[in-house]
Amino acid sequence: MIKCSFIEIEIFKKKITKSMKPHFALLESRDISKSFGSFVANDKINFNILEGEIHGLLGENGAGKSTFVKMVYGLLEPTMGAFFWNGNPIKIRGPQEARNFGIGMVFQHFSLFATLTVIENIELALSDTQAMPELRKTIIEKSEEFGISVDPDTYIRDLSVGEQQRVEILRCLLQNPKLLIMDEPTSVLTPQESEQLFVILNKLAATGCSVLFISHKLKEVKEITQRATILRRGRVVDTVTSSKVSTEQLAKMMVGSDPQNVKPKIGFKSNDILVQISGLCRPADTPFSTPLLDINLDVKAGEIVGIAGIAGNGQSELMEVLTGEWRSKDSIEVLDVLGVDIRDYSPHKRRQMGIGFLPEERNGHSAVMDMTLTENTLLTNHNNPEVQKHSIIQNDNLEKLKSNIIHDYDVRTPLQNPLASSLSGGNLQKFVVGREIIKKPSVFFVAQPTWGVDIGATKFIRNALIDLANEGCGIIVISQDLEELFELADSIRVLFRGKLSDRKPVKELNSNKIGLLMGGEDDASLAKEHS
Amino acid sequence: MFYLTLRKKTPLIFRVSVPIASILLTILFGVFIFSLLGYDSGKALYHFFISPLSRIDRIADLFVKACPLMIVGTGLVLCFRANIWNIGAEGQLIMGAVFAGGLALSFPDTNSVWLLPTMAFLSFIGGGLWAFLPSILKVRLRTNEILVSLMLTYVASLFLDWLVRGPWRSPTSFGFPLTNYYPDVGLISKINFPGIGTIGQLHWGVFIAILVCLLCWFMMQKTVFGFQVKLVGDSHKAFRYSGFNESKTTMVLFIISGGLAGLAGMIEVSANIGQLQPNISFGYGFTAIIVAFLARLNPAAVILAGLLIALIEMGGDSAQISLAIPKVVTGVFKGILLFLLLAGETLTKYQINVKPRHQSVPND
Amino acid sequence: MIDALILTILMTSVPLVLAATGELVVERSGVLNLGLEGMMLMGAVSAFALTYATGSLFIGLLAGIISGAITAAIFGFFVLGLATNQVATGLALTIFGTGLSGLIGSEFVGKAITGLPTLFPKHFADIPFIGAFLSLDIVAYSSVIIVFLVWVFLFKTKTGLILRASGISHDSAHSLGYSVLKVRWCAVLFGGMMAGLSGAYLPLMLTPHWSEGMTSGRGWIALALVVFASWMPSRIIYGAILFGAVTIMQLAGQARGWTIPPQFLSSLPYLATIFVLILISSRGTAKYLAPSDLTQPFISTK
Repeated sequence: MIKCSFIEIEIFKKKITKSMKPHFALLESRDISKSFGSFVANDKINFNILEGEIHGLLGENGAGKSTFVKMVYGLLEPTMGAFFWNGNPIKIRGPQEARNFGIGMVFQHFSLFATLTVIENIELALSDTQAMPELRKTIIEKSEEFGISVDPDTYIRDLSVGEQQRVEILRCLLQNPKLLIMDEPTSVLTPQESEQLFVILNKLAATGCSVLFISHKLKEVKEITQRATILRRGRVVDTVTSSKVSTEQLAKMMVGSDPQNVKPKIGFKSNDILVQISGLCRPADTPFSTPLLDINLDVKAGEIVGIAGIAGNGQSELMEVLTGEWRSKDSIEVLDVLGVDIRDYSPHKRRQMGIGFLPEERNGHSAVMDMTLTENTLLTNHNNPEVQKHSIIQNDNLEKLKSNIIHDYDVRTPLQNPLASSLSGGNLQKFVVGREIIKKPSVFFVAQPTWGVDIGATKFIRNALIDLANEGCGIIVISQDLEELFELADSIRVLFRGKLSDRKPVKELNSNKIGLLMGGEDDASLAKEHS
Repeated sequence: MFYLTLRKKTPLIFRVSVPIASILLTILFGVFIFSLLGYDSGKALYHFFISPLSRIDRIADLFVKACPLMIVGTGLVLCFRANIWNIGAEGQLIMGAVFAGGLALSFPDTNSVWLLPTMAFLSFIGGGLWAFLPSILKVRLRTNEILVSLMLTYVASLFLDWLVRGPWRSPTSFGFPLTNYYPDVGLISKINFPGIGTIGQLHWGVFIAILVCLLCWFMMQKTVFGFQVKLVGDSHKAFRYSGFNESKTTMVLFIISGGLAGLAGMIEVSANIGQLQPNISFGYGFTAIIVAFLARLNPAAVILAGLLIALIEMGGDSAQISLAIPKVVTGVFKGILLFLLLAGETLTKYQINVKPRHQSVPND
Repeated sequence: MIDALILTILMTSVPLVLAATGELVVERSGVLNLGLEGMMLMGAVSAFALTYATGSLFIGLLAGIISGAITAAIFGFFVLGLATNQVATGLALTIFGTGLSGLIGSEFVGKAITGLPTLFPKHFADIPFIGAFLSLDIVAYSSVIIVFLVWVFLFKTKTGLILRASGISHDSAHSLGYSVLKVRWCAVLFGGMMAGLSGAYLPLMLTPHWSEGMTSGRGWIALALVVFASWMPSRIIYGAILFGAVTIMQLAGQARGWTIPPQFLSSLPYLATIFVLILISSRGTAKYLAPSDLTQPFISTK
């Protein structure tokens, strides 16, 4: 664990500004474009990064950040345009060549091999083969230089996510890169772990190595970068100096228009408890899953309870308990909905009694990509008495239901009866949300309702959820997006390593407090710290 | 070098042209192999494809040969749609025949009209049981169903061999491994057309086979269970989210396909042989796999696919008799056909692009 | 005689060791090849045919290896080039290989050749107990060396590491710049050569003749053996000897006039395989030792 004082950070920042050389940019792209068939992912990107600079690449999901960066790393070939390295035109034909230039990349979804050790993983990433004992020494030296501590013989699967990321970084550092690309590095870290990462990055930049930092989190980009380039729909909107813009300005550039405000909550006043859970314990199924430890939770009518936390702390396990995809009578003391013990109710039985639920993954969970929207409608309506009689599908009624969903939930479809895969993420999410809400459930469980969804659809979905709550439905929203929870929830609880923190009304919280809870501080020490 | 990209939409023309193109290419390969081995390709092709269709009674026999392929093939279509690999249909077929045979041989003097239906029922149980074993191991212990069902095939075959040479051997068979004949009511008779009489060996089992295929087609298209089958093959998570039970569905599908294979076994014996012997199946369980793929996993198309494969088999017999081409050549055809069908599947889902020769990128 | 028993068991296990080791490498790279039986038969028929035609056992062995590689190449073309379903393609290969080998072999039914000679002088065989181990042929001894080399390759070399990584996560391996397809191609071809050699051993050593389908399901047992060995080369040898022993019991029993029906004894290897599969699966650890990307086709987007 690295603790850095405010002064040290300032000194690093000064060092960086000094080491940024004003002549040729380290890496420059001119008119770089990439098309996949008729789809233009990157359109004439002009961009440069200086030596020793930390440069942010900002944009929403789908703006083209990953595509661009893959071209820098040689995983994709540009359809047009050229790269320049220190002023010389270059072609990057593969990751090996990129590494030869001195470009290293830490992926968002790590490219580590779970059933190999740290040292084996590092060896795979290095182009020259050092003998094992030398490699071991080099690893220990480098990790001490940057304060990254890791045991070379541990299997990756036994490390925490933060530790795994540090292995990824170490892997790159061992190749003495001149440019380090980081793709959404903080998406899996707690706020505290993110701070530790920023210290490492600042140290790196001080040694003259540039960092290309991809993110969609505005505050972070402002904090850590000197300059930032904003992408929208595959094009560069602008390149700005981070200290000279506000987060609102950045947001506007990312989105293209003023973000619409979400409807305020009327606040359905009621004391009816619709959902009551107590003593929920769920053992881990695999070494990769998280056990749930003594969870207690209740939801009132008209209330939206938000469950915050970094992915991998038990969210999917909790969701499976709520949906009924995982059932047990022994491990749960109480799981009552609308006064009924639903512990061994299957998902469709829960639907029958008015519980709606939507898991976070569209592809292959809440929707089936290879099936048509009609078939996807049948997915959660196959015991609906109108849609099927004696197990025989009533096609007309099914079609009618599908059309209603499409109409009421603003789903833009390219064809008459399209495959789910031909819809954009936002439209498909609107469809599945609509599919569940159109049944007017009394209780609704949803995870990551607007993940990977464009701004317009996000607002639509959040408004739909608030409307639903205003009509008396009790809702649980599990989300990694704090902004979303602040918008939607009445109270928030944090899920960390399978344990839920106490309920806290939204008014009493800010992201720092939640961050601490997400990082494992318990409620008592939190109260102490802020007294 | 080439690489693959996912297609957005599958042109409808592909669905039909892939099986047809595969068949034509297979024939082409066949001609090539025949010439290579020194046979007269023209005559070989005649014996393979024309001769079996040249007389009405031969066409009827085509249906008879296709009968087990259709029944087993339909059951396999259900499994394969669900990504369940039942490779042991051959063993399930044998066990079905054994169970049915056991009943028939226990009541040699009966005249009851109920014998045959009960035999059918028992054969379904026998085949179903033989499929139940790999399915429960898969569901409870995640054992690989391919290997287990395959091993059981060998066991079933050896079991039949033992029965026929040992406890069930007929005292009047002069030492040959044969059981007694089934009683007449345990046999499936040929279809007697009014005014024409029987055509070739055409028997009622064929009628049942076609019925089974059509019923399965209806079930897949129009019922919730059919949707369930498609779903479990596509996505496990969505399947559970939908509320279905994966273990139950897996086992039910296995048992149905095993049961159908068992039924096919019983029909084969009762219609064509009339007694049990060590070889009652000629690889039908494996050939049916090709039938299922040729039918592009559509139960209704299994009827046509079964007929086509039966054509190859009959042709192989004919070619062996007339031109001394070894019967095993049908295995070559079937293998090539399956390869081409699989390649066709890929072409339907993906587009083949050629990587540009030069990696250079034109500048503005 | 115990010596003769041991010798037979060892010889019977040789084709299993060869085929299973080859398949182990293939599966470690992420590919499941169910066409082992077909490849072995092609190896067997080629080896017999060429030995009969040229009188040279060496050419026969070579022919077996090469035909195994060619058959594997067909498999690789579909599974790696066209990303077809690995299970179905493997089955197609088995059906094709069985048919083609029968076709080619129809010429050679009933012909005879002389088998491989032992490596050490014949009187070594007279040494009690150890004699059996010294009475094997060069292929048998090579098989042990091959297993050792495979182990060294997989766990002590970088290329072996790359191969293992491709089977664990082909996307990650690709991001690191390794050609997953190239690695798998090499593995598949190696597996084919081993299967061909394994098949060649049958007519050249075990039963010096050719008959249709003479592998009698050994290919499938070899597949089970890979799982039994948890994808570790060293365990292959133990497992193969075990299976060899079970197969032999059937013959030994018949010779001694045991009253157990011969069919039951014949079915022992298959039942034993099922038993082993159950044992492995129920231990629960197999999941974590299997290459996680096994059977997943790798389709690269460039």
